[in-house]
Amino acid sequence: MHDAALNVAATQSLPPSRMRAAWRDLAEGAARYPLWATLAWLDIRQRYRRSAIGPFWITISTGLMILGLGLLYAGLFRQRTDVYLPYLAAGLIVWTLMSALIVDSCGTFIASEGSIKQIRAPLSIYVYRVVWRNLLVFAHYVGIIVPVIAIYGVPVTPASLLIVPAMLVIVLNGLWTALALGLLCARFRDIPQLIVNLVQAIFFLTPILWSSDQLARYHAFATLNPFHHLISIVRAPMLGQAPDPVSWIAALGVTVGGLTGSFVLFARYRGRIAYWV
Amino acid sequence: MTSVDVRGVSVVFPIFDAGGRSLKSHVLRATTGGRIGASSAGVSEIVALDGVSLHLNHGDRIGLIGHNGAGKTTLLRVIAGIYEPCAGSVAVEGKVAPVFDIAHGIDPESTGFENIRVRGLLLGMTTEEIASRFDEIVEFTGLGDFLRMPVRTYSQGMNARLAFAVSTAISPEVLLLDEGLVAGDSRFMEQADRRLEELVSRTGILVLASHSDAMLRKTCNKGVVMRRGRIEFEGPLDEALEHYHTSVPSAA
Repeated sequence: MHDAALNVAATQSLPPSRMRAAWRDLAEGAARYPLWATLAWLDIRQRYRRSAIGPFWITISTGLMILGLGLLYAGLFRQRTDVYLPYLAAGLIVWTLMSALIVDSCGTFIASEGSIKQIRAPLSIYVYRVVWRNLLVFAHYVGIIVPVIAIYGVPVTPASLLIVPAMLVIVLNGLWTALALGLLCARFRDIPQLIVNLVQAIFFLTPILWSSDQLARYHAFATLNPFHHLISIVRAPMLGQAPDPVSWIAALGVTVGGLTGSFVLFARYRGRIAYWV
Repeated sequence: MTSVDVRGVSVVFPIFDAGGRSLKSHVLRATTGGRIGASSAGVSEIVALDGVSLHLNHGDRIGLIGHNGAGKTTLLRVIAGIYEPCAGSVAVEGKVAPVFDIAHGIDPESTGFENIRVRGLLLGMTTEEIASRFDEIVEFTGLGDFLRMPVRTYSQGMNARLAFAVSTAISPEVLLLDEGLVAGDSRFMEQADRRLEELVSRTGILVLASHSDAMLRKTCNKGVVMRRGRIEFEGPLDEALEHYHTSVPSAA
């Protein structure tokens, strides 16, 4: 509600020239992919410098966590391991990508302060940098999901192909989040703390460790939760199932709404970002 | 034709205190009626540029002269498109290259070769431009096989050579320099001077902010004296320097 009010107010005072400038920033930024892809790659290398297996530590630690949680919760929920563990693995790696994107988004512009004030480049390159960096990390989870699918004999069906458009939706949501949260956090420095706490809470409120089928009469917890739908459209094809059409509709709605809202925000405040960081 | 047209540009920096940076205090202010004076809004302002107008044409080599805080760096950043002016307009014809910190973006874990690419991309060069100038940059660094080593193993002088070699390989139409580009041992200084001259000679417009009279005299043909965010004098370099040294009280 509050967001909608903000957007309407912003549109009314938004000359077309600002819209065009924002659009040009996004397009020219995308064309500078050698720059942002290199910066994203260096970010990852920086994080795992001089470690022999580098980012594969993520594969190992997440893999162990899934194994431990999977065996424990399958017992607690009295479920079959060959059903529960693939479900948990698929859901958890998608959630890990989404939560990392959200938390990282807070630093889109703050963390690039040096470059913003030193070089001439579209501001969107920092947005693409954050999303690309997280996708590179996510690629390391292939090393978890592929063995899980193989070991537990998860079927690969035509519905598995839906993973491609589903990942595209996740990427688009990552883009608008990195843009909108990056901008808001540059202005209001207490938002990052708020976000970290929210993300933690959302993890427990979203069907990742547990399934929406277990909710029974509290089903609204899943139906009204956009994270549930975004995770579902990726998780279901990973498990060889077709996602609920409702999840796709909700996910597309979130995507379109988010892209529109953050574009308006960007068009309105793009010129202020260099002043805020 | 290369040109820079700055018209009536003002830049005002918001200075936030912890309250002004906080979403919580904004929300609280809104819910309590918001009738609190400007001081408690947590935002104060600094006027960095105040109605600055400047027109530069091809061949202009401008020296920006002024005390610390006079607005030189801010003006450079406005021309570079980093700060969008709060009032007025900036129109630049031609490719702009701001070169403020020549070592910005050098990654210590990457090799010299890799850093030539990274630094080149940050300077706005395309992959093709970097490739076509690569050998020449490598030769100018004089670092030879050291370029295969991570930059963290370099001495300060070697670092400076690498950063300087890449940063001066650009061919912009408008070049913006803050305090020039100097570094290295004395033998390198001669080579560096020559290379800087070459860079300036292939540039349409140069704007150099500096405190060094010698550097300004060597590089520039016009001077702009700034004081407290305004342009106080604009004319031939010698007159500008004279104006700066005689009429501006050094205490200001």
